[in-house]
Amino acid sequence: MHELSLMTDAMEQAQALARRNGATRIHRIRMRVGTLSGAVPEALEFAFEALKPGTLAEDGRLEIERIPASFRCGQCGETLALQEVDFTCPKCGGPLTLAGGGRELELADMEIS
Amino acid sequence: MCLECGCNRPEGFSLHAFDREGNLADHEHAQGHDHGHTHDHPHPDAEAPHRSIPIAQAVLTENDRIAERNRGFFLGRGIRAINLMSSPGAGKTTLVAATLDRLATTTPAAVIVGDLQTLNDAERLRGRGAPVVQINTGSLCHLDASMIARAIGGGAADGARLLLIENVGNLVCPAAFDLGENERVALFSVTEGEDKPLKYPSLFQTVRLVLLTKIDLAAATGFDRPAAEENIRRVAPDAQIFALSARTGEGIDRWLDYLRHP
Repeated sequence: MHELSLMTDAMEQAQALARRNGATRIHRIRMRVGTLSGAVPEALEFAFEALKPGTLAEDGRLEIERIPASFRCGQCGETLALQEVDFTCPKCGGPLTLAGGGRELELADMEIS
Repeated sequence: MCLECGCNRPEGFSLHAFDREGNLADHEHAQGHDHGHTHDHPHPDAEAPHRSIPIAQAVLTENDRIAERNRGFFLGRGIRAINLMSSPGAGKTTLVAATLDRLATTTPAAVIVGDLQTLNDAERLRGRGAPVVQINTGSLCHLDASMIARAIGGGAADGARLLLIENVGNLVCPAAFDLGENERVALFSVTEGEDKPLKYPSLFQTVRLVLLTKIDLAAATGFDRPAAEENIRRVAPDAQIFALSARTGEGIDRWLDYLRHP
């Protein structure tokens, strides 16, 4: 719901760092987005495409690495890393409990020139 | 629209402060985010080599920095700040009003309440023995740390031991924004359906207490309380769960005890 403002902040951070590194172009930005970050990757991509004209990333692309969250099954005891959360164990159908992770919303690295 | 000056500011947020007696003490309008618009145009230079550089920075770094400053403010002044989050209509304002009516005479309290528009919540909360600051976020779906910083910088929590922050009614975005609070509490009303925690795990997993509200309506809505509590435990295994009705007062003493003795 707030991906446009998140992406605006992310692009400002990336551009500021690119300038400090003497770059005039950003060719690629890589982000890490957790399943439970509250941000939807597709909406971030849409925001990036809408925002990039007129910026250093005008011709750049956004790569999103999706980070799963960890779950534990109350029935078979399995620990799973899942990107799609439905709280049902894909192995035995038992109830899953959230065990942590998946809150990442980070700029990882970028390619500049 | 601001009732004091008649201005209408869809951009940025505005803030209205009511003192302990419920009188309008101060108001201001602020731009929520200042995004300096730079327009750099790349100059064609096909020869420049591409290089990869690490960033390794949270997108919300700036919010998190201000949130830590708020946390230091609360720590330094001995204020316990609680971020109340829920969907719209779960009963946050009713609970805050009932809490102030029972607590404000013995525990110095203050309230910050966030909504996209209107002073309605502040109107309901003012004059209950605690100063109230209403933040109108304009178009933003959550409170952020800079709004809280501005409110407490203007004296919103002065003299308080307990600061109740009523977030914008929304089960998605508020979860991502640290306000510098000491703890988060989620409200989950019996009219919402038992699976709300499973649908919105990113919010419920961050709280240490879940309040099942409007418990007086549980029978009428066929609310399956064991199922709801099991769903909460699957998302937030360590969270405490209280059931209460702010309207009838059922279960509210346990909440008040929690506020008095964390």
